[in-house]
Amino acid sequence: MLPEANWITRAPSLRSKLILLAKVQDEAGHGLYLYSSAETLGTSRDEMIADLHSGKAKYSSIFNYPTLSWADMGAIGWLVDGAAIQNQVMLCRASYGPYSRAMVRICKEESFHQRQGYEIMLHLAKGTQEQKDMAQDALNRWWWPSLMMFGPSDDNSPNSAQSMAWRIKRKSNDELRQEFVDKTVPQAKFLGLSIPDADLRWNEALGQHDFGSIDWNEFFAVVAGNGPCNSERIEARRKAHAEGAWVREAASAYAAKQAARRSSDSKANPQAA
Amino acid sequence: MSAPDQWPLWEVFVRSKNGLSHKHSGSLHAPDADMALKNARDVYTRRSEGTSIWVVLSSNIVASAPDAKEVLFAPSDDKVYRHPTFYEIPDEVGHM
Repeated sequence: MLPEANWITRAPSLRSKLILLAKVQDEAGHGLYLYSSAETLGTSRDEMIADLHSGKAKYSSIFNYPTLSWADMGAIGWLVDGAAIQNQVMLCRASYGPYSRAMVRICKEESFHQRQGYEIMLHLAKGTQEQKDMAQDALNRWWWPSLMMFGPSDDNSPNSAQSMAWRIKRKSNDELRQEFVDKTVPQAKFLGLSIPDADLRWNEALGQHDFGSIDWNEFFAVVAGNGPCNSERIEARRKAHAEGAWVREAASAYAAKQAARRSSDSKANPQAA
Repeated sequence: MSAPDQWPLWEVFVRSKNGLSHKHSGSLHAPDADMALKNARDVYTRRSEGTSIWVVLSSNIVASAPDAKEVLFAPSDDKVYRHPTFYEIPDEVGHM
């Protein structure tokens, strides 16, 4: 099981469990849309899965942090999916058709994820002191990793120039990060929670928020595979793939058997074929 | 464990409502047509997007070459008389 999947069986109500299951199903679909889009460039699904399992392929740094309480399901939906949407809305206008079309579909679905996350935070923030503390703790832990999701700052992002030149990205990492901060600060205020950044303040002259500096050492360590849950996550992925092998083999065997039966039927009775 | 050969790629077309034609939604891998249909239903119609699904093996689709765009489609650009707005009908005639 992937680390956050713990919370499916521990959801506080049947309603929240159904919602979480629907979200997980969406996320699996998003993986599939993106793999399909990458395949149009000539790589195979099997190669990409193998690259993920061997550690060759990178994935978002955010997936390497642990989910310690139910409030994390709220913070992830609100902040992590929120940061993802900020990026993906821009990618809907990317120059590569298969990618931008996948993004349009993804954005429609992610919007539900962010709102359900915010709803969880809202319930906790308006609940008992203990629940409010849980929500604050989740915000404290997810805030900085969410800001890191936009990638390195513009002066230290080797891939950005290429992506901008090809018009895959239309906005820089720092522009997107700023938009996300400006959008999220009032949402946190409404919850009555405080963002864990002593340097966060409104800059009247610029019409945007100033915020503290990001710990890039942490970011690069997580990307390099040394985050809190990197090995756990990839191990869970490998295990799921290995344990699902019999299902894939059975489906292939069944398809082969049905095909053989159809072809022998049509030989025995050519008119019906 | 022996890895089976990669399953073929299917293109998925979904008809959103009765009366509209099927529209390409995306693609997926599946061992056979039945599984392709089942997976297409799970992946592409979770929010009432469809009333009917077609799945077609990608390898069975014949596509025009991108560099044939000019040759195939440019000739229609100078045939404006194929559009109704090319013809001037006096206002007195009314809507036609």
